[in-house]
Amino acid sequence: MSELTMVQAVNDGLKTIMAADESVLVLGEDVGPKGGVFLATENLTAEFGEERCFDTPLSEDGIIGVGIGLAMNGMKPVCEIQFQDFIFPAFDQIVSEAAKMRYRSGGQYTVPMTIRTPYGGGIRGGLYHSQSGEAYFAHTAGLKVVIPSTPYDAKGLLISSIQDPDPVLFMEPKALYRAFREEVPEGMYTVDLSTVREVTQGGDCVVFCYGAMVPVATEAAERIKESRNKDVRVIDLRTLMPLDEESILQAVKDCGRAVVVHEAPRFCGYGAEISAMIAENVIEHVEAPIKRVTGFDTPFPNTLENYYMPDARRVLDAIEEVLDF
Amino acid sequence: MSDILQIIDADGSKTGDAPDLDNQTLIQMFTAIVRTRAFDSRCMNLQRTGKIGFSVPNRGVEATSVGAAAALDTSKDWFAPHYRDFGMLFYNDVPPEAMFDNMFGNNDDSAVGRQMPVHFSFTEPLKWLSISSPLGTQIPQAVGISLASKKRGEDAVALTTFGDGSTSTLGFHSGMNFAGVMKAPTIFLCQNNQWAISCPGHKQTASESYAIKGEAYGVPGVKVDGNDVLAVYTAMTEAVAKARAGEGPTLIEAITFRLGGHSTSDDPTKYVPAEELEAAEANEPLKRFRAYLINEGVLTDESADAIEEQAAAEMLAGARAAEAKGRPVLGTIFTDVWQDQPAHLTQQMEYCIKHYSERDEAVDENGEFPL
Repeated sequence: MSELTMVQAVNDGLKTIMAADESVLVLGEDVGPKGGVFLATENLTAEFGEERCFDTPLSEDGIIGVGIGLAMNGMKPVCEIQFQDFIFPAFDQIVSEAAKMRYRSGGQYTVPMTIRTPYGGGIRGGLYHSQSGEAYFAHTAGLKVVIPSTPYDAKGLLISSIQDPDPVLFMEPKALYRAFREEVPEGMYTVDLSTVREVTQGGDCVVFCYGAMVPVATEAAERIKESRNKDVRVIDLRTLMPLDEESILQAVKDCGRAVVVHEAPRFCGYGAEISAMIAENVIEHVEAPIKRVTGFDTPFPNTLENYYMPDARRVLDAIEEVLDF
Repeated sequence: MSDILQIIDADGSKTGDAPDLDNQTLIQMFTAIVRTRAFDSRCMNLQRTGKIGFSVPNRGVEATSVGAAAALDTSKDWFAPHYRDFGMLFYNDVPPEAMFDNMFGNNDDSAVGRQMPVHFSFTEPLKWLSISSPLGTQIPQAVGISLASKKRGEDAVALTTFGDGSTSTLGFHSGMNFAGVMKAPTIFLCQNNQWAISCPGHKQTASESYAIKGEAYGVPGVKVDGNDVLAVYTAMTEAVAKARAGEGPTLIEAITFRLGGHSTSDDPTKYVPAEELEAAEANEPLKRFRAYLINEGVLTDESADAIEEQAAAEMLAGARAAEAKGRPVLGTIFTDVWQDQPAHLTQQMEYCIKHYSERDEAVDENGEFPL
């Protein structure tokens, strides 16, 4: 057991699965000797050789297209897209190809590929190093979308994603890469996909969140405990697709009030789906409007990013609003 | 770059060194071309009578497909094709019925009725990757497929095929570039049939050829008469040997002509000049190969006719058999999204079957179509 940051846990997860399974390959821009721009792939080439972890030309479409081919022919590629903002040239390969291959071939061809990509704000990255595009991908049948929020989950969910028989988009909240450390077991372990994590216990209100918004929501829950002695249940969704609908609805039944938090824009965002799911299925248990706390429906700003991304104060306001309704 | 490899000219006369092929293989090539044309013609009938929705005419390009397929070893090599290469399937003895199953989207279709016609997918008797409609996407995939084989120390190659229009796609650029850098054992076969739907070559590229595009990627490019099955075979055989020997990829431009429309929905008389079509008809691949084989004493007029008649009969039988089959069951809308069906899809499947079994007399409570 050692104390690792999230990016170290990602690195440890990759090393663990590469040592255990020779078919796991890592490819992407600068993932080789440099170890990736965030060092998530540090020392993989040194440890496993250039055949297993290799640099590619600067072409997201190529990285994913080649990754799909590797996956169909017996490999388990882990493709890195350096920033999620740069993934769009590969959108066709991801959405038209990887996501549909099993379906369109009646199961003859499958794509056990993982795409790792850092996403989200908080590093002064501006328009093109800060976006949260999870909704585009969660909307696509055939893709799994996984977002960890802790070092422990990052390693366990990453290994589960790589072992999964279908394509997984593994989005890493770069704001949390080095935000804190926690105990991460050595060696192999997995965290099941499509399971939520209860971050705090409570029955007065539930806050659904994921990725970098988990510590923000948790801080809001702590503050409302102090100020009003209310117990807020923070739920980290961890897998956005396919999601653990039962746990989500149960939490709403238990708490009667719900808030959804994400840093992606609001319109057609992931929170709209959670909100609709609650309204369609358990409206009789809901005692207040379902509130969303999200980024704004603008491109992502640079200098003013802290005013764009939800903070604990905005989450707190939403919780108070639903508690007081 | 200006040399175009040719072995048989438009009259069927030998103009170059013929590859050393036994008569059985030559007849297999001829039969595949003939069957492709018979399949094409049967599909046109089916589409014009409203029995299938769509097809993609292959008339004119058959020699490119068949010559290329003949150079591969299906026990290990892969095909990452585009949609106008039916000859590759016929060369490898895919039963016509299996292809018509896809044209009808019936319950024996390997794509489970999920794709439009001509989007074939096979693992046997050849590794024929499920065809996509977005263009060029199969090109980098072929590179990945061949790299996986190379990493395991195997000498398998991947062939990817695409039309002239697809040389303008992202996939062509990234696939060629990756293959050049990584010395991937990939063969890139550009079927230059002169038209990307209605777009002629001079509006597609300012390059002097498609083959020359390889140079910029460090991938040798060769041009071949795509209506000459032996020339295509010869160019492919050289490219395959290089790839197996670890010498990297080759781009082959096969110059041919699409004698039909882009699809059954297209009217090429609106944009293909009549005189150009007439000239291309005179240059078409079936007639010349037939003349060549008769000249060489491999076939006689009678035996060639017999092959053509048999192909027409096989296509009719295959189409009738496929037409008689039922639709895939309703539940197949919801399977194969992932290996394991998640809860929300099970719910949607149950809803769909219940909804239609209560309202549509063609559907029973199991989601099947008993009528």
